[in-house]
Amino acid sequence: MAATEKQPVTGAGPFNGILTWVDERYPLMSTWKAHLAEYYAPKNFNFWYYFGSLAMLVLVLQIVTGIVLTMHYKPDAAQAFASVEYIMRDVPWGWLIRYMHSTGASALFVCVYLHMFRAMLYGSYRKPRELLWIFGMLIFLCLMAEGFFGYLLPWGQMSYWGAQVIVNLFAAIPIVGPDIAIWIRGDYVVSDATLNRFFAFHVIAVPLVLLGLVAAHLLALHEVGSNNPDGIEIKNLKDPKTGIPLDGIPFHPYYTVKDIFGAAVFMFVFAVIVFFAPEFGGYLLEYNNFIAADPLRTPQHIAPVWYFTPYYSILRSFTVNFFWIDAKIWGVAAMGVSTLIFFLLPWLDRSPAKSIRYRGPIYKTALAVFVVCFLILGYLGTLSVNEGRTIVAQICTALYFLFFLLMPWYTTIDKCMPEPERVTK
Amino acid sequence: MSDKPEVNRARRNILIATGCAGGVATVASAVPFAASMLPSERAKAIGAPVEADISYLAAGEMMRVEWRGQPVWIVHRTKEMLDGVKADDVKVADPKSERKPDELTPEYARNEFRSIKPEYLVVVGICSHLGCSPSDRLKAQPEPFDPDWKGGFYCPCHGSLFDLAGRVYKNKPAPDNLAVPPYTFLSDTKLLIGEDKKA
Repeated sequence: MAATEKQPVTGAGPFNGILTWVDERYPLMSTWKAHLAEYYAPKNFNFWYYFGSLAMLVLVLQIVTGIVLTMHYKPDAAQAFASVEYIMRDVPWGWLIRYMHSTGASALFVCVYLHMFRAMLYGSYRKPRELLWIFGMLIFLCLMAEGFFGYLLPWGQMSYWGAQVIVNLFAAIPIVGPDIAIWIRGDYVVSDATLNRFFAFHVIAVPLVLLGLVAAHLLALHEVGSNNPDGIEIKNLKDPKTGIPLDGIPFHPYYTVKDIFGAAVFMFVFAVIVFFAPEFGGYLLEYNNFIAADPLRTPQHIAPVWYFTPYYSILRSFTVNFFWIDAKIWGVAAMGVSTLIFFLLPWLDRSPAKSIRYRGPIYKTALAVFVVCFLILGYLGTLSVNEGRTIVAQICTALYFLFFLLMPWYTTIDKCMPEPERVTK
Repeated sequence: MSDKPEVNRARRNILIATGCAGGVATVASAVPFAASMLPSERAKAIGAPVEADISYLAAGEMMRVEWRGQPVWIVHRTKEMLDGVKADDVKVADPKSERKPDELTPEYARNEFRSIKPEYLVVVGICSHLGCSPSDRLKAQPEPFDPDWKGGFYCPCHGSLFDLAGRVYKNKPAPDNLAVPPYTFLSDTKLLIGEDKKA
C-alpha cells in the first residue's frame, strides 16, 4: 500500500487539533471520506431509495427499546405474561417503549420488504451486486428469526401456539426431524426451557449476527457502489481529471439530508401508529395474545403476524400427498424454498436490461403478478381456511414459484429497450 | 531477503498437522454447547402418568387432562356418535389405524373405535400436522368445512379434520390419526393415562 503522509485535519474549527490527534492514531478521516464525504452515489435516487436507511433507523430503535425492555421483562413461563403487563401498566413510560418495540418490528419488515422490492424494480441484485444481495437476504432471514423468537416472549396464546407450529416444521424433516424439534425446544413441548432460550436468541445471539451482516452489507455496497433507477453503472463515465463519476454526488451532505427528511416523515407516521393504533386492528398485536399461554387449548383462529403470512399461506396450500411424500413435508419444504429462492435472483434473471424502465412487457407483467400473488397470499394467511380460499392460495403459490422458475426463460425472450449512456432524471 | 525462500517441508507438515488437530478440537468443543440445549434431567423426569376421574363425564361430552404438558381428551361417546364413526370410514385416510401403529395406536386400541371401551375415546389432542390442539365440534350438524359432519375435531391452524375416533380425514394437511396414549381403566370411573396395564 502506498503510504501517503497524513495531512492535518482542517475545516473543523476548534476541533481540528483533537481530530488530527485521533487521525494520526486511527483511520478517522479516511473512513469518513470513503463512506460519506467522498462516497459517490448516483444523483438520480428516488422515493424507493429511502428504505435502506429507514431500515437501519428502525433497527437502532429496536435495539434501544429492546435494551430497556430487558430491564423489566422476566423470561420465565410463570412470570413472562405478567411482566409484560407490568411493563405496560407500572413501569414509567413502559407502554410507550413496549409499543415502540412491537410497532418497530412491523415497521422494520415494511422497510425491508420495500427495500427488497426496490432491488427487484431496478435489478439491484445483478452483477456486480450479487454478494450485496446475498448479505441482504441473510439479514432478512435473521430478521425473520428475530421476529419469531421475539414473538414467544410475551407468552400469550398466539406466542405459544405460533412457536409450537413453527418448531414442529422442523419435525417434518425425515428421520432426524423429531429429535431436532426436541433439541430446539429443550423439552417435549414448548415450555419454560423454550422461552428461556428464545429470550437468549432474541436479545443476544441473533442481534450480534444481524449487526455483523449489516456491516458486511454496507461494506459490500460501498465496494461496488449503489445501483440507481436507470440500472446503469455510473462508474463507467468518470470525469477524466478527478476520477469522480459524472453522475455521482457525495453521499454527505446530499443523501444524508435526503435520508433525514425521509426519517422525519417516517417517524411522523410511526408515532401516529404507536400512539393511536398500536394493535392496528389485530395485525401488529393479535388479540389472542392478550390471553396467557394455555398449553391445553389452541385458540379458535390462529395466524402468524402479517409479515409471515405469505409463507404461511404457501405452507397451508399443500393438502395432497404427491408420490409417497406427505403433504406436510411438501408444505414445509415449499415454505422454506419460498424464502430461500430469493437468493438465486441474480442468476435467474437473464435480462439484458437491469431496470424496470428498460425492460419489456413480459417482466413488467411477471413482477406485477408476483406482487399481487404475494399480497393475496399474505392476506389469506391472516384468515382461516376453507375450500375456496385454499384453491386461491394454491393458484397464487403456483404463480409465486413460476415467477422464479420461469425467469431464466422469460427474461431472455423479453423485448427490452436500450439503456441510456447517462442517468436520466 | 532471498527472491524465493525455500519451503521448509518438515515445518510445513507440522503446521498442517497442528492445524488439523486444532480444527478437530474446535469442532469437538462445540459438542457441550449444542448438547446443553437438549432436555434437562428435570424436563425428562416430568412425565409421570396421571389419573382422571370420569364419573361425572356425561354422555356426549368431553374433558381435558394434562399429561406431559399435552392435552389428553376423553370423550364419552353416545350410540349416535359411534354410528357416526362407522359412517366416517369412507372419509378418513386411515380407517383401520394401520399407519405407524406402534407410535400412534397401542394394541388394545387397534379397532374401529380406537379405544378399550367403545364409549370412551382417549386421545392426545395434538394435531399430527404441526402440533396445534384441534377444537371440538362434537355435534353432528352441517359445518362450513363439511356439510355432512358427523361430529369430531377441527384444527383451526391448517384446517385438518378428525372424526370422533381421532382419525384424520383424507386430503388434509395432517398425515396421521391423533395418537392414543397408553392408558388403562383403574376402575369403571377412573382412568390412568400414561401407563398400560402391566402384563
